[in-house]
Amino acid sequence: MNLNQFRDITRYPSAVVALVIILILVGVSIYTVIALPYQESVTKWRGGDMVWQDNPRGVPPTWINLVRSKKLPETIVYRSTDEGVEKQITPLDKELTDIFMSFQFEYTADEFPQEIILFFTSTYEKKAPYISLIWKTPDGREISIGDFAIEKTYTRRISQDDQLTKKLGAPAEVALFADPNSEEPAPLKGTYTLEIAGITFEPESAFEVKSIIFGKVYGMAGTDHLRRDLMLGLLWGTPVALAFGLLAAVITSVLTMTIAATGAWFGGWVDGVIQRVTEINMMLPVLPILIMIGVFYSRSLWVILGFVILLSIFGASIKSFRAIFMQEREAGYIQAAQAYGASNGRIILRYLIPRIIPVLIPSLVVLIPSFVFLEASLAVLGLGDPVMPTWGKIINDARTNGALLKGQYYWVLEPSFMLMLTGFSFAMLGFALDRIFNPRLRGM
Amino acid sequence: MSAQLPTSPTEAPVQTNDILISVKNLRVWFELKKWGFSHVGWVRAVDDVSFDLKRGEAIAIVGESGCGKSSLMKTLLLLNRPHQGQIIFQGRDISNLKGKELKWYRSQVGFVQQNPYGALPPFMTVRRILEEPLLINGVKAKAERMERIRQALQEVALTPVEDFLNKYPHMLSGGQQQRVVIARAMILEPKLLVADEPVSMLDASVRVEILRLLRKLQQEHNLSVMYITHDLSTVRFFSERIFVMYAGKLVEQTHIKDLLSNPLHPYTVALLTGTSEPDAANAKHLKEVPPGEPPSLVNPPTGCRFHPRCPNAMPDLCDAKNPPTFEPLPNHVVDCWLYDGDRTAYPETS
Amino acid sequence: MHDQPLLRVEDLVLYFKTRRGHVQAVDHVHFQLSPNKAVVILGESGCGKTSMAKAILRLLPRNVSRYSGKIELNGEDVMGLTDEEYRTRVRWVKISMVPQAAMNALNPVIRVGDQVAEPAMVHLDMDKEQALNLAQEMFQHVGVPVDFLNRYPFELSGGMRQRVAIAMALITKPQLIVLDEPTSALDLLTQANIMNVLKTIKWETGASYILITHDIATSSELADEVAVMYAGQIVEVNDAESFFSSPLHPYSQKLMASVPKLYDDEQPDFIPGRPPSLLDPPKGCRFAARCHLRFEKCDQDPPTFVVDGRSVKCWLYEQESATVIEPAIVKGGVS
Repeated sequence: MNLNQFRDITRYPSAVVALVIILILVGVSIYTVIALPYQESVTKWRGGDMVWQDNPRGVPPTWINLVRSKKLPETIVYRSTDEGVEKQITPLDKELTDIFMSFQFEYTADEFPQEIILFFTSTYEKKAPYISLIWKTPDGREISIGDFAIEKTYTRRISQDDQLTKKLGAPAEVALFADPNSEEPAPLKGTYTLEIAGITFEPESAFEVKSIIFGKVYGMAGTDHLRRDLMLGLLWGTPVALAFGLLAAVITSVLTMTIAATGAWFGGWVDGVIQRVTEINMMLPVLPILIMIGVFYSRSLWVILGFVILLSIFGASIKSFRAIFMQEREAGYIQAAQAYGASNGRIILRYLIPRIIPVLIPSLVVLIPSFVFLEASLAVLGLGDPVMPTWGKIINDARTNGALLKGQYYWVLEPSFMLMLTGFSFAMLGFALDRIFNPRLRGM
Repeated sequence: MSAQLPTSPTEAPVQTNDILISVKNLRVWFELKKWGFSHVGWVRAVDDVSFDLKRGEAIAIVGESGCGKSSLMKTLLLLNRPHQGQIIFQGRDISNLKGKELKWYRSQVGFVQQNPYGALPPFMTVRRILEEPLLINGVKAKAERMERIRQALQEVALTPVEDFLNKYPHMLSGGQQQRVVIARAMILEPKLLVADEPVSMLDASVRVEILRLLRKLQQEHNLSVMYITHDLSTVRFFSERIFVMYAGKLVEQTHIKDLLSNPLHPYTVALLTGTSEPDAANAKHLKEVPPGEPPSLVNPPTGCRFHPRCPNAMPDLCDAKNPPTFEPLPNHVVDCWLYDGDRTAYPETS
Repeated sequence: MHDQPLLRVEDLVLYFKTRRGHVQAVDHVHFQLSPNKAVVILGESGCGKTSMAKAILRLLPRNVSRYSGKIELNGEDVMGLTDEEYRTRVRWVKISMVPQAAMNALNPVIRVGDQVAEPAMVHLDMDKEQALNLAQEMFQHVGVPVDFLNRYPFELSGGMRQRVAIAMALITKPQLIVLDEPTSALDLLTQANIMNVLKTIKWETGASYILITHDIATSSELADEVAVMYAGQIVEVNDAESFFSSPLHPYSQKLMASVPKLYDDEQPDFIPGRPPSLLDPPKGCRFAARCHLRFEKCDQDPPTFVVDGRSVKCWLYEQESATVIEPAIVKGGVS
């Protein structure tokens, strides 16, 4: 075996494609680890509403519009603190001040938005500011959608305002956008204005507002039931999956190989013990054991990784490696090495093991996705790492929240696609490597 | 041809310090076990073999597969341990050496194998292959290792050395591979070279080249060589003495010329008859060779082990009593009842 | 040799396609074989002799890139037959084979008797009982004890397995048996015994042999004629008498000189260098690079000169009395 053989990969287009995909996955992993630091990401992922309140809930990714004839709206956010937002502040007397701002936006989607929420923050000592909201439609209608006092932090969920719903005859996000001339409910496209007029009752009193018209698409990957951007989960899932698969595959392969070589070389009771342990281990049901560990001991990814390795090293491949080693230990060069005084350890490491590398590398590569899938399976079963976002956990979230029943296919498909991509690429690369390293398998 | 070596029968009995390795009543038996523990029997691969090998002497051990010659060889390399008997190397018994002393002994013995391709690790370059014995035997300085590698390659005529250092075994021809094997055997400057059928896997046109190379190295380094073969026709160009081995025993020991001109043991006679010479007349008649095959080493025949196939077998003697070693001619010993006492008649077939 | 030859091979070509190019394993080969004769194809490893056996028996691997020429058996060109016709009418009916390392080529899980009987059932339309009876007869012929019929290959020694493989080739009573290194892995005495078996069969049944081997000394045990192969080509065809006493081609001479002889004090010689790659053989004489008699003309491909019924592919034998078999014009082209 030598490095030149790796160059043979270019002969197999499927392997080239696979290699490109793997490189992209690795690139994504590196980017993720650097650009989205672990601690920050985990905190964010588990952050709840405070972090994710600007996102719509459970919506597909933005690019879905490319394949839809009826375009879904994107989220529109206005913050009074943003630059360029004009506030007309008119002091009425010593105490009272009138604060007026208006948000103007184009609405071009074919569907209604998901929800309208206004988040207020205000400063005052005794008397809270009082707000009036006016909605101006493109066809010139003006609708009052609420007069209310705000607290220091106050959330006005326009869509859940029952009185308003009653008054408008439909939930606000529909009624405010609906085209009055259309028979079917359809949004009226054009420029809308939301005017916020507030009165403060104290000289130092003021307020800020963030108004969000939640769309029905979000970002590159959509959001989940907690308004989280799935992109973060998918991105962080990549290094986690690769690390898990790679570590498990490399460590098990190397240990398995070394154990098989040791048994085959020393023979006798050493080999006997290894064979019996392997046979017993092969009878153990791996998944149930891992589930029990997950339930009773720890769901930490690294603990699970440890147990996966522990259960895999005495796997069936010990038998096949041993068969090769048994044959190889009779080879002339092994005898020669003994004759010039090579120690047992050296013979195992320098003479037996290199011989098996051509068999090992392809099987190792093919093994990677199976460990990735195992981890994902555990996560889907609800035994995923409690902290880290992984692909399996995203699928688990989707499952427990009835994503498929609600038609949120993207939520299941995106992590599944990543899993399949990983599996496909490593499998294709492994098969090609197998043909390169074991020329006898090649078709003539 | 060869320099006059101190092996001719006319010389006085050799001094002990002339003897490099002395094998005494060596038995290499392997235990046959059932289910890994219960004793079933023994494979008597080498049974009561004794001989001396002098410094600078080349001996040939001739026999068919399964006659125990490989086990004898492996025992001399200490890849097997003797079951009984002694192997005295430079005056000390080496049969139970361990650790550093074992390593030292192994550095004193070079090993040339039958199948050069199998004898070279396919994943190492020639440089690496030759470096291994040096690394293992504590040649620490890289420059010294490289110097010795170069020297070894030059000695086996793989020149220019640079062309071969970075080649993998599969890039070399059979003859070149065997030269690398020989270079590896020589690199620790051994006193004894064990060559196991070193040319039987090679093409006829390169066999002679390799045999000559071995002969040259033997003479230049005053090496003792044990040449193991089944091919009598190559022996005469290589070694002084020849030992014929059958079913675990040495049946005849003498100088090669004496063996060819006057073979004593019926088995030796059969081997010589069986060896073809390129001659069109061969096709016209059948060869008179004994039928049958060598016996199992687990249950060898009683008495002389060759008696079931022997044309001269004497009833109630050969099948009953193991023949002792007779010396009917000076320096020509044979284990055969035909040469008992004053009976020195040659077998009729010769 | 006025009789019609049993086998006439003309301009036989067999090339393989590999990832590194076309291997010209058998390159425009001519020879013929009379009934009840044995021709030895002598050559060193990689010279294409086994490929030639495969070409004659049409046991071709899948990567054949060119297979052409003429193979006449009793005057009938068998190259024209379809694979199916060839299988039912020629292979194992007229020509059978003892493959290389035949003793390891037996099916380990089938009794040897059944394996030997198999060709008789397929090609001679025999029922199992008849075929086994015939197999028993063959066993006696090749010197295998009859009670071995019910044994499995691993219960037999190498020599016995080799005899079984010969019995398997004999059972359909073919006119021609191709023996690919029939004794090379066997012990000396076993080898001599098997050669005796082959000789007896030849004398008793009138079979012909193509004996493919690298072992010059042993080949003389069976040879009526010797064809020497070098780098995919036959460089000399000679009768045994003349070949073993005075070979024609320089390669044959060198090869003969490399054989160590038991009772001859002369040191054997060797041939320096190695044979050319069959991927891209030299344009001229393929032996030229190693030849001690090389001269200017050797840069051109020599035709085969026929001198007194002996043919040799070497410019040294260019003389007026010689008939010439020109090298084919399509040389080196790959269809």
